[in-house]
Amino acid sequence: MAKKKKSDRVLLSGNEALAYGAYEAGLGVACAYPGTPSTEILETLAGFKEIDAQWSVNEKVAYEVALGAAVSGVRSLFACKHVGLNVAMDPLMTSSYTGVNAGFVIVVADDPGMHSSQNEQDTRWVAIYSKMPLLEPSSPAEAKEYIQEAFRISERFDTPVMVRMTTRVSHTKEDVALGERQVPPRPAFERNAPKYVMVPGHAYQRHIFVEKRLGKLKALAERTKFNRIEPGDGKIGFITSSVTYQYLKDVYPDASYLKLGMSYPFCDDKIKAFAKTVKKLFVVEELDPFLEEHIKTLGVKFTAKDPSFRIGELTPESMPDIVAGRAKREKKVAKRPPRLCAGCPHWASFAALKKMDAFVAGDIGCYTLACLPPTSALHSCLCMGAGVTWHEGLRKGAPDKKIVGVVGDSTFVHSGVTGLINAAYNQTKGVILILDNSTTAMTGGQQHPGTGLTIRNEPTRQLILEDLCRACGADNVDVVDPMDVKAFAAILEKRINEDALSVIVSRHPCRLLKRQV
Amino acid sequence: MKDTVYSITFGGIGGQGVLKASEICGWAALYAGYHIKKSEVHGMAQRGGSVESHLRFGKRVYSPLIVAGGADFLVCFHRDEQPRLKAFLKTGGTDMTDFLDKVQEAIDDPRSLNTALVGVLSPKLPIDEGCWMKAIETVFKPAIVAENKKVFLMGREIGRP
Repeated sequence: MAKKKKSDRVLLSGNEALAYGAYEAGLGVACAYPGTPSTEILETLAGFKEIDAQWSVNEKVAYEVALGAAVSGVRSLFACKHVGLNVAMDPLMTSSYTGVNAGFVIVVADDPGMHSSQNEQDTRWVAIYSKMPLLEPSSPAEAKEYIQEAFRISERFDTPVMVRMTTRVSHTKEDVALGERQVPPRPAFERNAPKYVMVPGHAYQRHIFVEKRLGKLKALAERTKFNRIEPGDGKIGFITSSVTYQYLKDVYPDASYLKLGMSYPFCDDKIKAFAKTVKKLFVVEELDPFLEEHIKTLGVKFTAKDPSFRIGELTPESMPDIVAGRAKREKKVAKRPPRLCAGCPHWASFAALKKMDAFVAGDIGCYTLACLPPTSALHSCLCMGAGVTWHEGLRKGAPDKKIVGVVGDSTFVHSGVTGLINAAYNQTKGVILILDNSTTAMTGGQQHPGTGLTIRNEPTRQLILEDLCRACGADNVDVVDPMDVKAFAAILEKRINEDALSVIVSRHPCRLLKRQV
Repeated sequence: MKDTVYSITFGGIGGQGVLKASEICGWAALYAGYHIKKSEVHGMAQRGGSVESHLRFGKRVYSPLIVAGGADFLVCFHRDEQPRLKAFLKTGGTDMTDFLDKVQEAIDDPRSLNTALVGVLSPKLPIDEGCWMKAIETVFKPAIVAENKKVFLMGREIGRP
């Protein structure tokens, strides 16, 4: 890329830089469901009028819409956090077979250290599992460059491409050079049943294609400049990727590096060649032994981090310990824990639940924080939608106990609604509380179908939750303001003692919504 | 330009403008021609949790995170967070938290604490006043730029050696 003038440089987070890169690459359609640390990708893209950006109701939907757009001939992007990718795994696995038409890129943001997530899964394994190429930028400037390469690879090899971010790449800011938007010529939109209809006969042929493609991608991994050897003094060498590269460069500026920007398929020849140039070789990566386990199979001798470092985020301080082969020293730092905001309507809902002494099956959202003291009134949290389905499951073994399922408004639309249909269909009794604060609060207040506004705050068709719940088959649907303490407690008490499936929509807007106006 | 990398740790609790303060410094450093890395974790910030932002700038910067004992400056907006964040400061580093009381006295609106304290820090950094002004114009909405410039310059006076 041509060198830009200083005046063209702006301070961008990894998510913003990636969005600008995609914009410049001629991106046409972008879909996501909000989730930290990935949210700002779509928020930034929505600022470009040339891009059709949407908050989808969940990741599976987002993935399928974006992939469909790519097949129609426009470059498209799907973004999510690591746990969101699990929701989209069904279409993802088969999209590796169908391939794309115009470029299609999956951006997934992992959260090592679980700053705001329920687990710290290492999404790189999905690349092996789905046989897709994987790019790993280590900084915002690289995120911008890599997303553009991702579209090129996608089109050239007819494959979805995964770009894996982590919290420290997504939420780091760097000075980044901006460029012009260039929309590539659109490929034709054609019917092609053997490619897009994945019945067993067609899929068999496509699996042959996928295996051949993997071979070609492997050749690309060997020659791409994204897998870069930086010769050093030769005494020690590091094979590394993502932000870990940046930490190492600070601590060991004179060492030799094989910096993997395209970490799957593995560039075996390059790895073996690099290993020969250094006296002592280290493989340093965050979370799982993804590179480690493969490099072992090449017969290359190296030292890896102590397994204790597979847990949590790496930091520049960890580097000397890793090189010395030491175990992780767990630091106990008393950080101020997050809690529900002052004046949050969820306080009122949980006060009523606490008084009732019910087991509360929780879900993903601000209200998950109600598990902490002084509230301590939420007793499970697994994944999106599980507040509704755990309620059903818990009741199977404990039909006489007071059990209430809670779920947020955005989460209910995401994946609570199928659980409610299931509960009604299977004649489950009990109370589901939809904590409706009229926004996706945990990720910073995004719109969803229930708010009646789009990602650009434009009015759209509004989903009426109470109508939807009735249609799902709930026996009773009440809408109550939790701030009306007496009325709320009365309804809760009444419904919990009935032999019916009841939904109580606990509706009061988020405290932070007012501040945004 | 020297090869020195400047490392500043900003800290406080949600709602204090910790990220905004590091944002002003980041843009000012950008306008002064430096390479910048700035790290922050959001998601929980609005909910009163600890907020921390790391800023590093120089000719070439790799890690966006500052190691313990690696910060030249600590800019902390809440006393309770100071003991925890003090670990970032290098021997001989400057703890701007010492100016907290003085700045709080000097400002009318508690919301401008962040800009004021950045002003106090500003004379200690190799960045021209023009770059700071431009950064404030970039970071704040037009309606509150003038007010923030004023508060910044007041802090800058306090910080002058």
